[in-house]
Order: sequence, then structure tokens, then C-alpha cells
Amino acid sequence: MNANVIESKWNWRKLLTTTRGYLVLLIFGVVFLVPFYWMFATALKGSEQLFQLPPAWVPKPLVWENFAQVFEEVPFGRFLTNSVVLVVWNVVGQVISCTLIAYGFARLRFPGRDALFLVLLATLMVPRQVTLVPQFILFAKLGWVNTYLPLILPAFTGSPFLIFLMRQYMMTIPLDLDEAATIDGASRLQILRHVIMPISVPALILVAVFTFTDVWNDFMGPLIYLNDPEKFTVSLGLSFFQGAKETSWHLLMAGSLMSMIPPMILFFLAQKRLLGGLAATGLKG
Amino acid sequence: MKANIVQTWRGMSVSKRREAIAGYVFISPWLIGFIVFIAGPMLASFIISFTRWNIVSDPKWVGFANYERIFTADNDFIQALKVTFKYAVIYLPTFTIIGLAMAMALNAKIKGVGVMRTLLYLPYVVPGIAATLVWVWVLNSRYGLLNTVLAWLGIEGPNWFGDPKSALYGIVMIGVWGVGGSAVIYLAGLQNIPEHLYEAAIVDGASEWQKFWHITIPMLSPTIFYQLVMGLIGVFQTFTSSFVATGGGPLKATFFYMLYIYNKAWESLRMGYASALAWILFAIILLITLLVFRSSAMWVHYEAERK
Repeated sequence: MNANVIESKWNWRKLLTTTRGYLVLLIFGVVFLVPFYWMFATALKGSEQLFQLPPAWVPKPLVWENFAQVFEEVPFGRFLTNSVVLVVWNVVGQVISCTLIAYGFARLRFPGRDALFLVLLATLMVPRQVTLVPQFILFAKLGWVNTYLPLILPAFTGSPFLIFLMRQYMMTIPLDLDEAATIDGASRLQILRHVIMPISVPALILVAVFTFTDVWNDFMGPLIYLNDPEKFTVSLGLSFFQGAKETSWHLLMAGSLMSMIPPMILFFLAQKRLLGGLAATGLKG
Repeated sequence: MKANIVQTWRGMSVSKRREAIAGYVFISPWLIGFIVFIAGPMLASFIISFTRWNIVSDPKWVGFANYERIFTADNDFIQALKVTFKYAVIYLPTFTIIGLAMAMALNAKIKGVGVMRTLLYLPYVVPGIAATLVWVWVLNSRYGLLNTVLAWLGIEGPNWFGDPKSALYGIVMIGVWGVGGSAVIYLAGLQNIPEHLYEAAIVDGASEWQKFWHITIPMLSPTIFYQLVMGLIGVFQTFTSSFVATGGGPLKATFFYMLYIYNKAWESLRMGYASALAWILFAIILLITLLVFRSSAMWVHYEAERK
């Protein structure tokens, strides 16, 4: 009987904790996800429904044409292509450079290596604004303003955070593998290509995903370097759209919604790796 | 140091030298990038900060004139600092507390929690510009979602981005919406706390609050510390939300430091002045980061640390 009392008490406790858990999650869910709903609902409203009072929760009728309308009002297709071009170049650049650089730091011995790696970590703390102006002047003097070069070239020198990520990953691969391959007569590049890279695929995916989102979401870079609307990215195009059509909120929301689809799809595809990888490094602000 | 390297070099075998050369070759993309895109520009920016330069004509050396003006006769500088600091003071604690709370909610061992982890992370991957536009619309004083909900409760919502008193809080909301990115990191930290610590605390009769305060917080403190440092650097770079939502207004209530640098460099083309502003900010960030690091010995608890 005594055991029964304890058991029922235990169940009550458990029920209480579970209920409380769901309640808290529900509150977080509502607060953080309702803006998505609001964006979606607005994107489906006709312009006459926008300024109704009180605002309607469910648009009637549902104006799906808004999404097509965005492509007519601004060259949204062009913006999408431009963003994709930039993303592809940056991913290629980061994957190549981070692999090479991380390999050097993780698996080769050379004088000054650790000091240089510390320098690399220190650059993580240098705020962007300090280098922004002289970088702009440099690219301006080279005549590269209003081209994609300033937004692509730096990727080929590797981002410190991504190099760090790759290096940490490569440090966990046993050195015996390299030695065995060396005995078989493989060169360093061959070892990197055929031994290290296949094992590093999870880290490489992280590098690609982070680069994709960073470049896709970047606003300031394109704002500073691009003048010609034909060259705008999605982010920059949206702000340009907002400046021109302050009141077309249904179209602005439709455009915003479309702009977030690619990073979201990517996140869903990579989420296991992404969240696991973040946990492993404990980094990324 | 240099002599040292030369000596080590002489003492190395041929294969070791080869390895070292290969090492330098492999890291050379970073070295080049470091010199061309970071170290070089930093040095250049420092020199430029002592000139007057609109890029088109030749730079003119003005000595400390830019710095002198900034510190003695520039109200915008004071305003930009005020706004940025006020934002840091409101945003960082809010962001940390909500991030921790969210992580703890997501750490509950209940069904469906995995889906919620994904959903609450989503705002973090939304492009800054889209997040800003959504919130400008949500916070619209007449037709916005928030004021509609407030009206149900009988509260008359403020004019958010239209009122200097509330505009900065609107920017805070845009930032806090992306807290999922930080919550996931805290969650990983929470899951690394050994269960036996809590079990021992239960045996000792500790309350929930005591467990949180004496186990969870100390064990998470290195993560909190790292997130705070990164958050601090992020605060000083806040740009997109204020640029798009308010343009720094109304009455410069959201005139962030980064926005000021942008205005000086790309609207007035005053590269020297903008560089001086950037260096002052860099010095401030360094100083604050240093203080945070110094203070960390008092509150950050490292499990593997030996005293």
C-alpha cells in the first residue's frame, strides 16, 4: 500500500512537469512563430484587405497571385539568380580554401604554426567596421565596385571561423591514416583528397551550409558594393522594393517569404548535422 | 623570434623542412587573405583616420583633427554611442535570459520537443532584411499584429517605430526573434551536464531553484560567457535592422554606431572621419571585451580547470 501511495505521487509529479513543459513550449511557440503566420497571412491578402480594421487573421479571398506579382513589380527572378551565383562562388571558395588551410594547421608541422593559429583566432574578434572602409577603398581603386569580385574573392582566403571548425574536425582523424598513405607513396595533396576529405564530409557540409546562409542573408556587403539594380541580391532587392513601395505590404511579405525559403530548406536538409556540429564545437554566435 | 626560426630551420632534417614548406603552402590562402583583407586594411584604416579623404581626390593629412572633432564637437557621435550602449544594456540580458529559458524548455523530456527545436531555430535562419520587414509590419501602430493583440487586452499599443521612446525596443525585438541560434548552443551545454550532479542534489533535498542556480548556471557559465562576448561584438555591428526599419530615426533614437559609420563613409564620402570613428569603436570593444574577460574569473566555472 505504501508503495502505491509513493507511485501515485510520483505520477502526479510527472504529469505536472510534463504539463508545465508543454505549456512553456506552447508560449514560446506562439510568440516566436506567430510572426511567420502573420507574414504568410499578409502575403495572401489583396491590397484592399491590408488596411482593414481590425486586421483579418484569415485573408478572404486568398490572393495567391501576390507571389507572381512580386516578380512583375521588381526583377525578383534576377535577384534570385544573382544571389545564387554569389552563393555558389562563395561555397566553392570556402570549401577549397578552408580544406587546404585547415589541413595545413591540423596535420603539418612548421615553425610558427601555433602562433599563426592564435593570430587566426584573434581575427575572429576584429569587428568588421574596422576593415570595411579600407577594403572598400582597395576595391574601388581596383575598379571593382559594382562587380561581384569584392563579394567573392575574400571567400577564397577562408573565413577564420570555418577554418577553425575544419581544423578541429581534422584534429580528430588519426594520424596513422596519413602515415599509411605516405608509405604507399601518396603525396600530401593525394592524402588530403583521398583520405582526409572523405572523412571530413560532415565538417565540409557545415562549411557549405554556414557559407550559404551568411552569403544569402548578407545585406551590408551588397549594399556597399553594388549600385546597379540589375546586380542586386535578394536581400538588397527587398530593401530597394521597400523603399519604393512602402504600402505594398502584401507584396513585401510575399517577397520576404520567398527570400527565406532557400535557407530554410537547407536548414531542414542539414539540421541533424548542423545542430550536432554546433554542439560539438560549442561555438557560433 | 626570427633567429629562433632560422635556428630551428637549420636543425631540421630534409623531410621536416619539406613538411614545413608544404605547411606554409597549404595555409598560404589564409596568410594572403590575412594580409590583404585584414592586417593591411587595419593598418591603412589607422593611417586614413588622420586624413581627410573622399576617395575621388587625393587624401589630405590633417593630423588629429578628426579625433579632436569627434571628441569635442560631434553630437552625432555621442548620440550613436548612447543608442548603441542603451541597446546593449537592454538587448544582451534579454537575449541571454530568453535564450537560456528557451534552451531549458527545449531540454524537457517530452514528446514533440524535437519538432519545437527545429521550429524555434527557424527565425535564426531568416535573412536579416526579411526579419526586419516582418517586424516593421507586425509593429505597425494601426494594422500591426502586436497592437491588435494589445487592443484585445485593452491596452493601447505604442507607435513603435514612429515614436522615439519605443523605436529601440522594436529593434530589440527583431534581434531577440533570432534567439533560437543561441538557445541551441545552450541546449548542447545543458545536455553535457552530467546527470549525477542533479541526482546528488535531489538526494540532498535541493529545490528546483537551487539546482538551477548551483548546478545549471555554473556548468553553463563558459557557454554563457562565450555567447556574451560574441553577442557584444554583434551589438556593435547592428546595422540592417535600424537601416531598414527606421533609418536611424525617429529623432535619431535608433542611430546605431554602425549606421553612423556607414553614413559618414558612404553618404558623405568622408573616409578619414569614418576610419577614425571605426578605430574609436574598436578601442571601446577591446576595452569592454577585456573587462568581460577579467571579470570572467569571478563567475565562469571551468570543469577541467586546476586551481
